[in-house]
Amino acid sequence: MDDAPHYKFVGTRPIRPDGVEKVTGRAAYGADMVLPGMLHGRVLRSPHAHARIKSIDTSAAEKLSGVKAVMTAADMPEIPNELAPAGEMMVNFREVSDNILARTKVLYDGHAVAAVAATSPSIAEAACKLIKVEYEVLPHVIDPVAAMADDAPVLHDHIFTEGLPEKPSKPSNVAKRIEIGTGDIEAGFKDADVVIEREFNTAAVHQGYIEPHACLANFTFDGQTTLFCSTQGHFVVRAICAKVLQMELSRLRVTASEIGGGFGGKTVVYLEPLSIVLSRKSGRPVKMVMSREDVFRASGPTSGANVWVKMGIKKDGTLVAGEAVLKYQAGAYPGSPVQPGCMCAFAPYDMANVKVVGYDVVTNRPKVAAYRAPGAPISEYAVESVVDELAKAVGIDPIDVRIKNAAKEGTRAAYGPKFGPIGYLDLLNKVKESEHYKAPLGKNQGRGIAAGFWFNIGGESCATININEDGTIGLVEGSPDIGGSRASMALMAAETLGVSTDRIKPIIADTASLGYTFLTGGSRTTFATGMAVTQAAQNAIQQLRERAAKIWDIPVEAVEWEDGFARPTSSNAGDFEPLSIGDIAAKAGKTGGPIVGRAEINAAGAAPGFGAHICDVEVDEETGRVTVTRYTAVQDVGKAIHPSYVEGQLQGGAAQGIGWALNEEYIYDKNGKLDNPGFLDYRMPVASDLPMIETILVECPNPNHPYGVRGVGETPIIPPMAAVANAVAAATGVRMTDLPMSPPKVLAALGNANGGGDD
Amino acid sequence: MARVVLPTSVARQFAAATEFEVAAANVRAMLEALDTQHPGLRREIEDTMALAIDGEIYQDYMLEPLQPESEVFVVPKIGGG
Amino acid sequence: MSKYHVTTSINGEEVEFLCEAQQTLLDVLRDELELTGSKEGCSSGDCGACSVMVDDRLVCSCLVLATEAEGAKVETIEGMADGDQLHPLQQKFLEHAALQCGICTPGILIAAKALLEKHPDPSEEETRYWLAGNLCRCTGYDKIIRAVLDTAAEMRG
Repeated sequence: MDDAPHYKFVGTRPIRPDGVEKVTGRAAYGADMVLPGMLHGRVLRSPHAHARIKSIDTSAAEKLSGVKAVMTAADMPEIPNELAPAGEMMVNFREVSDNILARTKVLYDGHAVAAVAATSPSIAEAACKLIKVEYEVLPHVIDPVAAMADDAPVLHDHIFTEGLPEKPSKPSNVAKRIEIGTGDIEAGFKDADVVIEREFNTAAVHQGYIEPHACLANFTFDGQTTLFCSTQGHFVVRAICAKVLQMELSRLRVTASEIGGGFGGKTVVYLEPLSIVLSRKSGRPVKMVMSREDVFRASGPTSGANVWVKMGIKKDGTLVAGEAVLKYQAGAYPGSPVQPGCMCAFAPYDMANVKVVGYDVVTNRPKVAAYRAPGAPISEYAVESVVDELAKAVGIDPIDVRIKNAAKEGTRAAYGPKFGPIGYLDLLNKVKESEHYKAPLGKNQGRGIAAGFWFNIGGESCATININEDGTIGLVEGSPDIGGSRASMALMAAETLGVSTDRIKPIIADTASLGYTFLTGGSRTTFATGMAVTQAAQNAIQQLRERAAKIWDIPVEAVEWEDGFARPTSSNAGDFEPLSIGDIAAKAGKTGGPIVGRAEINAAGAAPGFGAHICDVEVDEETGRVTVTRYTAVQDVGKAIHPSYVEGQLQGGAAQGIGWALNEEYIYDKNGKLDNPGFLDYRMPVASDLPMIETILVECPNPNHPYGVRGVGETPIIPPMAAVANAVAAATGVRMTDLPMSPPKVLAALGNANGGGDD
Repeated sequence: MARVVLPTSVARQFAAATEFEVAAANVRAMLEALDTQHPGLRREIEDTMALAIDGEIYQDYMLEPLQPESEVFVVPKIGGG
Repeated sequence: MSKYHVTTSINGEEVEFLCEAQQTLLDVLRDELELTGSKEGCSSGDCGACSVMVDDRLVCSCLVLATEAEGAKVETIEGMADGDQLHPLQQKFLEHAALQCGICTPGILIAAKALLEKHPDPSEEETRYWLAGNLCRCTGYDKIIRAVLDTAAEMRG
C-alpha cells in the first residue's frame, strides 16, 4: 500500500534480546531454578478413568526416610460450588480445586490424588508408591457422543444441561447447549442447487510443548510465598492459586520462568498449589516437575469432537446456507471450547443463513485446556472440507468459491457484529496468484486449500519505560514471552521513542513489580501489551519534552520529539542544540527526578485474523502414508512488527495443524486408560515429516492499534486440517472425515473406495 | 434507540426476546434497562459475556458511550490459546 | 543408598561427582552439576532436548546412565561457545530467528553441530533426517533447517 506508514524500526528483524541466553543454555526455564534446601515433589495419580476414592492411607509414605511432607485434598481448603471470575472467564473453583487434587472421585486416568515432597526425586517417587488408595471403580465414558446417551455413566451429579428452555430433571454429561444463527436456514437450503452434509470426527490432541509443567514454591513461616513457574500468565497463576488456597494476593509473588512452549496449555494451574502446600507443610522450598507421561495424562489436550455440517450452494458459487452441530469433549469438567467453535465455524463467509448448535460434553478424560484458537480448528475443518466438496460439485475452483463468498469489511458475522477492515479478500487473491497455487502436481499428489478465522483478543496490560541515567531504557512488561515478544516490544518502544532496539532492554516483571497483566494467549500480547508499551513510551516522551523545556527554560509546547531527540519546534522557540534521551536523563535529578513512562490499559479493538493455507500432499497407495510435499501459509497479520517471528507463528501453527491432521491422537484402552502417553506413540511432526513452510504476509493494519497490529498466533492452526484433507481428497478422490488421517485409516479408506481393499 | 441483540441461549434462559431497542447513553444504562425487564440479566451478561459495540469487541465494559444508532451484540467472552 | 564415584570430562574440564545407580547423565548434569542447559522433555529419548556429545557421539543424555560417563568426554551446550564468541550455529540461529520458546534449542544446536562435523555440506533432506530426533513444537522447523544450512555454507567458506 502506498499510503502505508514508513517505519524505521518496526518491520525490521533485529536479534531478540533474550536470544543469547537461549542459544547458550543459560535461560532459566521452569525446571532450571534451584533454591537452598529445596525438596522435590511428586504426584500420585489415578490409574482409573472413573472411581470413587474410598480411603487414602499415607502413613507408610510419611515414614519413609527423606520424605518431608505428604498431602491430599484434605490439605486444601474446601471450595464451594459456585462460579467466580478467573482472568477472562467465570470458573467453578471447586472444579479447579478438584482437578488439582481429587477430593471424592477421580474422573480420568492420571487425575492427581496425593503429592509428596522428599529430599530427592527418587525418594519422592518411592513414597508415592507407598500411598494406599482404595478405589471403587465406576463405569466410565470416553467418547462425547457416547457420553450424551441417556444411559451413559454420569460424571457429576450437579451438572444439569444449561441452555435448554427448562431446567432438566436429571443430571447429564451435557453441561451446556448453545445455539447461534442468523437468517432462515430452511429457506436458505431451499434456495440451494446443491446441498451436502457430512459428519466428521476429530481426535483429542495435545499442545505438545516440549517443556513439561514445572514450578518451585517457597512458603515462609509468615505466609509470604514466592513461586517460580513456567506459565503463560503469572498474574493468572497468582489469582488461581490464591483462590484455591484462600490466600491474599499480596502474599503470593509469582515470577514467570522462561517458558518452553504453551500454545494455551500453560494458562492452567496444576502443580503450583501443590508445591505451595508442600512447601508450607515441610518448611522448605519445593520443586515440582511433570514427567512427559504426566503431561499427556493429566494436562490439557484440546477437545476431540463429533461435528455434523450441512451447507448449500447455488450453481453460480454463492453459498446460501450453513448448518452445524458440534459435540465437543470438555474432559472431566465443563468448559470445552465449543462456544468459539460455533462462532468461528462459518465466520469466513458472507452467508445469509446460518445455524450452529453446540454441546459441551464432559467425559472421563483430562479437562481440556486452551490450544491455539481453541475450538475453531475443529469446526472450521469440517466446514472447509464441505466447502471444498461444494466447489467441486458446482465445478468452480475452490479458491473462487472462497473469493466469491468472502467476509469483508461490513459483513455481519453469524455471531453478531460486523467486521471492520480485514484483509481476507486480499489474501485469498494472493493465494490464487501465488506460484504455489499454479504449480504442477506429480503422480499421486493433490492440492488443497482451506481458510481460517479467529477473533483475537485484547485485555489488561501494564508497561513501564524506565529511562536510565545513561539514556538506555529498561522496558518492564508482564507478558510471558513464548515466541519472541520481547523483541516486538523493544521494536515498538524503539519506534515510538526514536532510539534503536539495542538501547532497550525488555524484561518480564513478577507479580509484585508491575500491575495486573493478563496472560499471553488469544493472540493478545503484541496487540495489547504492545499498545501498553507504546503508550508508556509516549508517556516517557511527554516527560522528556517537559524536562527539555525546563533545561531550555521554554514552554513545553515549544519542544517537539523527533527521532530520539528533543528539539525546539521552531527557531522562534529559541536556538538550542537538540537533546538526546541521554542528555536529558543525565540532568533528570536537576529537573524533577527519575523519568518513568507508564501505561496501564484494558486494550479493546483487537482485530480478527484471517488466513488461508495451500497444501500439496503425496499419498502412498501401498502404505496409506500421506506426505506433505509443499505448504504455504497466507495470513492478514495487520502489521508484522518483527516479521521473522510472525512468519514463525504461521510456520509453527501450520506444523501443529499438520500433526493434528495426519498423526496426533489420544488413544484410550477399554478401561479408559491412555494408551499413548509419550512422544514415541503420540506422534508429533519431526523435521523429516515436513517441507519448508512458505509464508505470505498480508498487512491490513488494525486501525485500533498504534502500529496496526492484529494477533497472529492463533489463526495459523485453523486451516491445516482441512487443507490437508482437501489435498488428500484431490489426490485420491476419497473424502476423509476422521482425524487423524493416519496411514491405517487412509489405507482403509482407499480400500473401501476401490471396492473392498483387495489390492 | 440502541439495538441490543442477545444470543439465543441467553434469551432463552431469561425467557427474553433476542432483540431490544434501548434508549441509553452508555453501556451501564443499557444494562440497567435490560435488568429492569429481566432481573438477573445484567449479572449474567457482566459475568459471562462480552459486548460487540458497533463491531468492536469489549471484554470489559461499563461506561462505553452508545449512539442512538448503535448496535450492541452480546457475545460470549473469548479466551485463546 | 551407596553412591558411585565418577570421574569424567565435561566441556574440557575434569569433573568428579557422586551419583545413584539409576541416575541418568541428564539427571547429574542438571541436578548435581547445575548444567541446566540440557533440557528434559521426555526422559525416553524421543525429544532430543537433552542431546549431548559423549566421546564424540551424539546421544540423548536421558538414556545414558551417569556411571557410564566414567572416563568419557562429555560436551554440552554450555561448552559450545568459545568464551564470548558464539559458535557459528548459535549466531545463525539468532539471525534466522530459528527459536521461539527456545527449549529445544540447546539440543538442536548440539545435534546440528554433530551433523556439520560429520557432513560439512548436508542437503536439506539429510539435515531434516539428522534432526528428526529433536522435536520442536514452535517453529515448524523451517527456520531451523535454514539456519543449519546457512551455517554450513558459511563454515565451508
